[in-house]
Amino acid sequence: MTPDDKAMPGGLAALVSRRAALFGGMAFGLPLLGRQAWAQSSVVDITRARTDPVPIAVPDFAGGSMGANIARVVINNLKNSGLFRPVDRAAFIQTAEAAAAVPRFQDWRVIGAQALVTGRVDAGGDKVRVEFRLWDVLPEQQIQGTAFTAPAANWRRIAHLISDVIYERLLGEKGYFDTRVVYIAESGPRDRRTRRLAIMDQDGENHRFLTDGSSAALTPRFHPNAQQIAFMSYARGEPKVYLFNLDGGRPEPLGNFPGMTLSPRFSPDGRSVVLSATRGNDANIYLVDLGSRRERQLTSGGGLDVSPCFSPDGSQIVFNSDRGGDQQLYVMGADGGGARRISFGRGRYATPVWSPRGDLIAFTRIAGGQFGIGVMRPDGSGERILTEGWGMEGPTFAPNGRVMMYFRESPARDRSGGGYSSRLSSIDVAGFNERQIVTPTDASDPAWSPLLS
Amino acid sequence: MKTTKLLGAVAALALLAACGSKTETAATGAGTATTAGSTIRPGSQEDLISKAGSDRVFFDFDSSSVRADQRPVLQGQAGWFAANPAVTAQVEGHADERGTREYNLALGQRRANASRDVLVANGVAGSRLSTISYGKDRPIALGSDEEAWAQNRVAVTAVR
Repeated sequence: MTPDDKAMPGGLAALVSRRAALFGGMAFGLPLLGRQAWAQSSVVDITRARTDPVPIAVPDFAGGSMGANIARVVINNLKNSGLFRPVDRAAFIQTAEAAAAVPRFQDWRVIGAQALVTGRVDAGGDKVRVEFRLWDVLPEQQIQGTAFTAPAANWRRIAHLISDVIYERLLGEKGYFDTRVVYIAESGPRDRRTRRLAIMDQDGENHRFLTDGSSAALTPRFHPNAQQIAFMSYARGEPKVYLFNLDGGRPEPLGNFPGMTLSPRFSPDGRSVVLSATRGNDANIYLVDLGSRRERQLTSGGGLDVSPCFSPDGSQIVFNSDRGGDQQLYVMGADGGGARRISFGRGRYATPVWSPRGDLIAFTRIAGGQFGIGVMRPDGSGERILTEGWGMEGPTFAPNGRVMMYFRESPARDRSGGGYSSRLSSIDVAGFNERQIVTPTDASDPAWSPLLS
Repeated sequence: MKTTKLLGAVAALALLAACGSKTETAATGAGTATTAGSTIRPGSQEDLISKAGSDRVFFDFDSSSVRADQRPVLQGQAGWFAANPAVTAQVEGHADERGTREYNLALGQRRANASRDVLVANGVAGSRLSTISYGKDRPIALGSDEEAWAQNRVAVTAVR
């Protein structure tokens, strides 16, 4: 995917460098540059957007069916975020072709659009060049103009990149559309489930299975490079953590632990995996260096220490332990020292995962016979339960920390397991826009990739 | 291995059938899958269930301590292992569905270990017993009620 910005100064090249500049400032709240960017536009108001989505018109891009397909993917992304309201195309006055040439802003203003996206696709051989422009309808200004050149087969990724540019320019924070989700595809009766590793784009497209289901796979997680996956497998009878390359190759067991290994997660620098290993009556947390394959034990607190997850700066690890009697969340230094409990609400707490922004830890809470997905600050303050129901667990953050995915089981309604299902859902970290994610089969254990580019 | 699984399913069916008549199945855990007059192969899963009374022990919620009322089952199993010195087995730990997947995998492992430890304390050589956890992911009872949960908080001794 090569952005071609010659025609439009201030396009993707500028954006990429701005992204790089923003990255360091992403840890808490909105990035300063992002604020400045949206302050120049009348469209954007991030606080209002949470309850009042931005009305945006995305007519088909000029240039045939691919132009229409790209617009459709962009509309779907923006709508599913809950932060945009795509204007119904039936209301459009100006034709897509004409808008792609010169937008007649009045025609878009009267149908309620505050932002307008126009574009054009030029196919040449097996390559395609897609240029798009983002317009602020009220002041009649171009906010962004970018062109992408890529193999035609990659048109979906271009649509996701365009969606991310729109999201970032209008909301002042990075998007998350050019990402994938790895998860466990489940089928078959409840006591003999087939559990396969599967991967799809965040919008459910380009779905494929990565393992054949001859042995159960569980709890996949992405490497920061989005090309490697750590997961748990029963492939050799004994459940162990394995590594798997998306480029190809066979799953490879990680470490030489005598017992079961589970709940792997990569360190933010990608050089090691933190996991839990059972020994005797305990489960302890270990760090496995991916270069030397040396193992280092981080906890020995007694009890079951599972589900470790690094802070994005790599300095701390949050995990789940029953050392104090029942399952609670603890934070310790990355070297294993100074563990302190952070969860003190009602019930048991599990599956902690640190937001890529660093500001929140998401978790599963089980209390009063109900499950819930919530967030708290890393010091345990500010706990909020975003959604509650039966059998929901395992949150994973989109790379911008704004959206989470998790899975939800429905209870069996009879003794033969009838009515049991397992599905993926997503929710905004502010607790709205809860949606079920469509997958070809039952699904569990979603893990969101970093941005692919 | 296939035979073991099949017998496990038969035992579960027998449990479920018993539940219908409101017996205290979960508490006693009698996996009595045999029919009178059939010939039971010595050293088989069926033989274990028949001689020891059950191939499984049950646990309290979120606990992996072998309850006093479950110890006689393991003592019976240990006696059966003594009488069948060539047999090896895998102790399978399970958990009910009211926990998270990862924690329940660890909990199921701890239950399998606890069960194995009692067998070893009663004279079974540790080398004859392996352990594995299925957490909440391969339930024995398929429902979502107290009765099913009680049956799924279990360690099953599966003859290899």
